[in-house]
Amino acid sequence: MKKISNWFLIPMLLLLATAAEARLTIEITQGIEGAMPIAVVPFGTPGAEGAPPGVAAIVAADLARSGRFAPLAAEKLPAQPHDGKGIDFAAWRAAGVENMVVGQVQGSGDKLLVQFQLFDVLRGVQLTGYSIPTTAERLRRVAHQISDIVYEKLTGQRGAFNTHVAYVTVEQTGAQERQFRLAVADADGFGEQVILSSKQPLMSPAWSADGRRLAYVSFEEGRSVVYVQEVVSGKREAVASFKGLNSAPGWAPDGRRLALTLSRDGNPEIYILDLQSRALTRVTHSHAIDTEPAFAPDGKSMVFTSDRGGRPQIYRVALDNYRPQGRPKRLTFEGDYNARASFSADGSQLVMVNGENNRFRIAVMELSRGTVRVLTDSRFDESPSFAPNGSMIIFATERNSRGVLEAVSVDGRAHQRLGTSQGDVREPAWSPFISQ
Amino acid sequence: MKRIYAGLSIAAALMLMLQGCTGTGETRPGDVPVEDRSVGADGADGAQAGGAMMGGSFAGRPITEVLSDPDTPLSRRVFYFDLNSSELSPEDLQALSTHARFMAEFPTVTLVLEGHADERGSREYNLALGERRAKAIERILSVEGVPAEQLQVISFGEERPVALGHDEEAWRLNRRVELLYSGY
Repeated sequence: MKKISNWFLIPMLLLLATAAEARLTIEITQGIEGAMPIAVVPFGTPGAEGAPPGVAAIVAADLARSGRFAPLAAEKLPAQPHDGKGIDFAAWRAAGVENMVVGQVQGSGDKLLVQFQLFDVLRGVQLTGYSIPTTAERLRRVAHQISDIVYEKLTGQRGAFNTHVAYVTVEQTGAQERQFRLAVADADGFGEQVILSSKQPLMSPAWSADGRRLAYVSFEEGRSVVYVQEVVSGKREAVASFKGLNSAPGWAPDGRRLALTLSRDGNPEIYILDLQSRALTRVTHSHAIDTEPAFAPDGKSMVFTSDRGGRPQIYRVALDNYRPQGRPKRLTFEGDYNARASFSADGSQLVMVNGENNRFRIAVMELSRGTVRVLTDSRFDESPSFAPNGSMIIFATERNSRGVLEAVSVDGRAHQRLGTSQGDVREPAWSPFISQ
Repeated sequence: MKRIYAGLSIAAALMLMLQGCTGTGETRPGDVPVEDRSVGADGADGAQAGGAMMGGSFAGRPITEVLSDPDTPLSRRVFYFDLNSSELSPEDLQALSTHARFMAEFPTVTLVLEGHADERGSREYNLALGERRAKAIERILSVEGVPAEQLQVISFGEERPVALGHDEEAWRLNRRVELLYSGY
């Protein structure tokens, strides 16, 4: 078993105030046929008092949510081993399991040791195993880290379970009064932390590439102003409060620039704001609406929404050292409405809102071929955001007249819903991988 | 009926005058919202009243009284739009002409033009669309002589709906520009 004393990810959000009660709940609405059968055995708690921690349940839920795995129900497990000794692999094979995770949590309070092993059941060999020192407070995070390790070992793709989602909630608090909240939660919806509350609309949260800052639009001054806020400290600053619209922030990969939509010169145009010098570079020049800029991960181009051709469509403009090069080129031709595009982390795909006859769904475009796949099938899907590993897309939609978040695997096959106990939830933004 | 025709012809004349700044100036036959029609009915009367006021003046009356008078086109403070459109109807133009005259007479009065959109489509695009609608009205008021200092455009996009439903009726009511007077 490998031993890692300095566990590698800094749980930055734990530095925030104590986690509020989780308000997002997840329901898997459509799984995948042919998902990999796996067993995640409840972890043992030798010498520990009280109820065993639900590490295995968190790992199983993570893996199921990805759509790639079908964890065996707890009551169908043929045995409850907590380590590799004496596992009867034949019994597990008979239960239809291909891989299994076993483990235990020792100690209590601030001194916990989580050990786990992943076995290939068919061959009866260990694939990986770790010992992770941690605390009770960080146990959920460790569970997500285990999910990441298992997922990467079995799929070859980096896991994105130990990441966060930012979103806006809206609650009707009176006849004429609403409460807007900008919140950050774990990618599985737990541990929601409200980082800003306002009686005026909040919009368009966007993560910086290092996952430490959020840019957003707030109407707290009675009109749109763009702010940048440090997630951990809560320190915030207005970065764009020009006459007219200040909206649609999108971070440059270098974290030093922000693309924005401003109408300071009379019409909504896209600008790049240097956060240090506050210098503005104008990117677009048209009489149409140009908005929703999103940088490519390499910073060498940007996509945006424009209705210069009549209806909103996605355009791309090349950038050289964050200055526009040449004329923007139209990318989308399928559907009469395409908007809010953003790149996958590897830059190969765009996710966007695709509208046809006033029906708005989430679509992914393969940039190399220009092909478009529609992934969802409802009427009001909006604000899509890629997971940092490109496996899932989270977006906002409407169910029973309420705003909810849903996630769909990038192949369109696995669906899940993240609901709130009250009010609407909207505009999800999946965080990047947390930098070390 | 005669009155309606009279109203329409005045409106049509206004529309022709303003066509250059309102795009196609296309009318929306059969799609005039109910609220518009009630104002239109007002406008039928209002066409008369409006006609009488064409060369008239609000002077001598307190601003608050003028603004709270339900019998003038000034009482029309909400303007509705078609889907994805920022075009104004002839009735809208007629009412705005009265607003412009009012503002010219009371230069201390300021007007916030608050643009809104329905919930469909992208939020940021809708924010820009709300601004486009408010600016369409701002442009008409400017052409009619209202100084820029008296006007302010703010868009809330789809973030401040007046109707909370998710149907055509709610969407129709939410695609709007609200005129909010202050400075008196």
